[in-house]
Order: sequence, then structure tokens, then C-alpha cells
Amino acid sequence: MYDKTVRRRRAVLGLLVVCSLILLTAYFGESGGGALHGVQRGTSEVLNPVQEGASRALKPVRDLFGWFGDTLSAKGKVEDLTAERDRLRAELARQENATYQNARLAKLLETQGALELGAYAPKTARVTTASPTVWYATIRIDKGSSDGVRVGQPVINEEALIGRVTAVFRGAAQVTLLTDTKSSVSSRAGARNVFGMVEPVGAGNPNDLLLKFTGPNARLNPGDRVVTRGTVSDTDRYPSLYPPGVPIGVITRIDNEGTDTEEVHLRPYANMRNLDFVRVLTRTREVAG
Amino acid sequence: MTPDGAKLAGRLVALAIGGVVVQTTAVSQLPIAGANADLAPLLVMAVGLLCGSLAGGSFGFGVGLFLDVVTMQTLGVSSLVLLAVGYGAGRLREARDPEGSLVPLAAGAIATLTFSIGFALMQFLLGIDAPLSWALLRQILTTLVINALIALPVYALVRRSLLAALPDDPRRRRRRAYTTGGLSPLSRS
Repeated sequence: MYDKTVRRRRAVLGLLVVCSLILLTAYFGESGGGALHGVQRGTSEVLNPVQEGASRALKPVRDLFGWFGDTLSAKGKVEDLTAERDRLRAELARQENATYQNARLAKLLETQGALELGAYAPKTARVTTASPTVWYATIRIDKGSSDGVRVGQPVINEEALIGRVTAVFRGAAQVTLLTDTKSSVSSRAGARNVFGMVEPVGAGNPNDLLLKFTGPNARLNPGDRVVTRGTVSDTDRYPSLYPPGVPIGVITRIDNEGTDTEEVHLRPYANMRNLDFVRVLTRTREVAG
Repeated sequence: MTPDGAKLAGRLVALAIGGVVVQTTAVSQLPIAGANADLAPLLVMAVGLLCGSLAGGSFGFGVGLFLDVVTMQTLGVSSLVLLAVGYGAGRLREARDPEGSLVPLAAGAIATLTFSIGFALMQFLLGIDAPLSWALLRQILTTLVINALIALPVYALVRRSLLAALPDDPRRRRRRAYTTGGLSPLSRS
């Protein structure tokens, strides 16, 4: 009887291990439109309403935890914010003057003015779920293909760019954040518009990104701002997914400056761990332009 | 399947679905010291400790598969690692039958560590381009501490939700008999 139980236990265990390995191999080997991906998408489609309902129901709990966290961190931020306020006041005075001059120049030269993201038909969406592991920096939002959301569209929050849409369902979409290991955004930085690629430092670090491929004479400084480059190719076959000039982050430090191993670190403006509402830019650059 | 078995299976399915939904919709969005709790290994550990290796392993496989589907991750990764966690917890119960009140805490910490390391190994084997950084280690350690702290309430919650459907374990019955005085074989003699 005991032997039978042990044999049964081992047989079930072996069967489940084999099932896992088959699933893993098949999933990893197939394309994005394969059968297992289809099953995954179909199941997600069915579960989206449940997750959305649960997300709304559990929002008070999240808010309560958030309130405790905010209260604790707010005390530490007062001094930083006071210093930043003083700096911003001085900057505002300069900006007002620059804005006045800019408006006159713009009229004079009949330029189209600065790019406005309103032209990209932003759609506001609520964040319903977030990936529980540090290996995947993804979130799920409650807007999908029925709202005009498509794979590849950029996603921003009230502060800056946060990522792009990587999977779309009828009433929901998956967003891969800038901090995901698969993320890469062409960008420009500083007053000299140095080009580079913003990529994550590694998994599990939402407050640190790297600006790569800047070249040996980039001459960037801590405090320089990094925005999307918004490139267009000569043939228009591979335009950037992101509009130009969307803020990404600010350079915090430069390691091994001037050497081949130079690493430009930046802190994203958006707090990737505290996303509640986001906006998907649902119109492509060509249409918006 | 016996009615008791069906009842237990039903409760385990409900627990798996409820646990994964709560994890993805609430717990994953509650950062504590830069990380968040991970209910999956704790639930699987609790089921393994309460129901044994077979149920623990199967529950781990199911929770992992559901988690991979819901979060659009590579299918089979979480299920393989959680299967090992559930089986290990079940074997601990079958081989040692630990009775200490802090066993779920220690088992929860070990389950979380096993899951974190196993998941990381799988990711590296699958070729994810992510260097092993201090930030990553700090997050794993923070999750480990948070999970150890909430392991006892999670275990109590799982035990409470499964208790009515659990088969009457002879060892538990024997312990109960000795502690209730009148039913002890010594008092009868």
C-alpha cells in the first residue's frame, strides 16, 4: 500500500515536471502568434473583467498602504522639495523671458511651434495589474483594441514616458515599462542633444536607467535632461515608436567618464512603482504630424 | 474522486484563483521598501504543509501555470519552480511532521528563497539579458523578509479555508487524543 502511494506520488510529480518542460519548450520556441500564446491571450481576455473588478474593489486597500508610505516619505522629501522650489522659481523667471522671446520668434519665422501630445490622441487608462516578479516590468491597463490601442504605441503618465504597449486584448492591454530588460528607447540628452539609447541597468531596479551609445565626446553632465529622440528613417520604413521630446529622466551620475566603459546613469521622471492612471498615445506620428 | 477529495480540490482551485488575482491586482502594486510581497510561494508552501507532497506539488503547478497565463510570462517557468516548492513543503510534512508554531515562518522564507532563486535560474537559462545587480539582490532579500513576516497569517488563512475539507489525518487525530485527556489510552488502562 505504501509502495503504491509512493509510486503514485512520484508518477504524478514526474508527469507535472514533464508537462512544465513541454510547455516551457513549446512556448519559448513558438512565435508570438502561436497556439500557446493564443491560449494565453484567450484566457487573459476572459480574466480581464475579473481582474479589473478586483482591482477596483481592492483600490481602497492599495490607497491605504499608499497613504502610509507617502506620509513617511513626504517628511524626507520636504528639504529636497524646498531646494527644488527655489531653483524652479529662478528657472521660471528665465523661462518666462524665453517664452516671450520664443513666441515672437515663432511668429516671425512661422514655425509650427512646439509639438503637442494632444495630436497623438492620448487615451487615459487605469492600471489594473502589475507583474509580481522583478524580472518582468509590465503592467496591465483597462483600455484595449476596442479603444484604439495597438501594439507598439507609447505610454506616458503625468510625469514622463513609461513604456510601450506589447500585447493588446479587446478591453485591456499589456504595457512593458522602460525598466523591463527588453526595453530600449532612442533618446537625446543635454543641451547638445547627444543621441543615445535608454535601457535598464538590469532587472529589479526601477530608479536607474542607462543612456548607452553616446559616443566618447558626449560631454554630458549630471542634471541634464533626457527626452525621446523620435527618429524617422530615410525610407520611413522604421520610424521611432515615440514622439520626439517626451521626457524620460534626468542624468544622475556618469561612471568612468571619458573612457570606453563610460556609463551614463539616469533616474526616470516617472515612478514606475506607483502607476495608477496612464495615457496611451493612440495615433501614429505620421497621422499626428 | 471521493466527495471529500472533490471538496478539497474545489477549495484549492478557488484558493489558487483568488490568490493569483489578489497578488496581481493588489499585492504587486503595494511597494514596501522598494519590493513587494509574493503570495504564490507562501500559498503553495501552506498547501504543501497542510495537504502533503502530491497536493502541494499539483497546487504549485496549477498556481504557477495560472500566474504565467495571467501575467503573460513564459509558460511553464513558474509552474516548474512552484511545483518543486509545493512538493518540498509536502515532503517536509510527510517526513518530519514539524509541529512548532514558527514552522510556517521558516518554511515560508525557504519557499520564497527557493522560488526566487529557481525563477532567477530559469530566467538566466532562458537567456534574459539582465546582470546580477545589487538592486536585484536587495529586492529578492526584501521580498524574502516581507514574505517571512506574512507567512504565519497566510498559513493561518489557508489552513482556515481548507480545514473543513482536509482528510482526517491519523497523526493529527492521535495528537488530539493525547491532549484531550479522557481519550488517552493511558487513562483508559
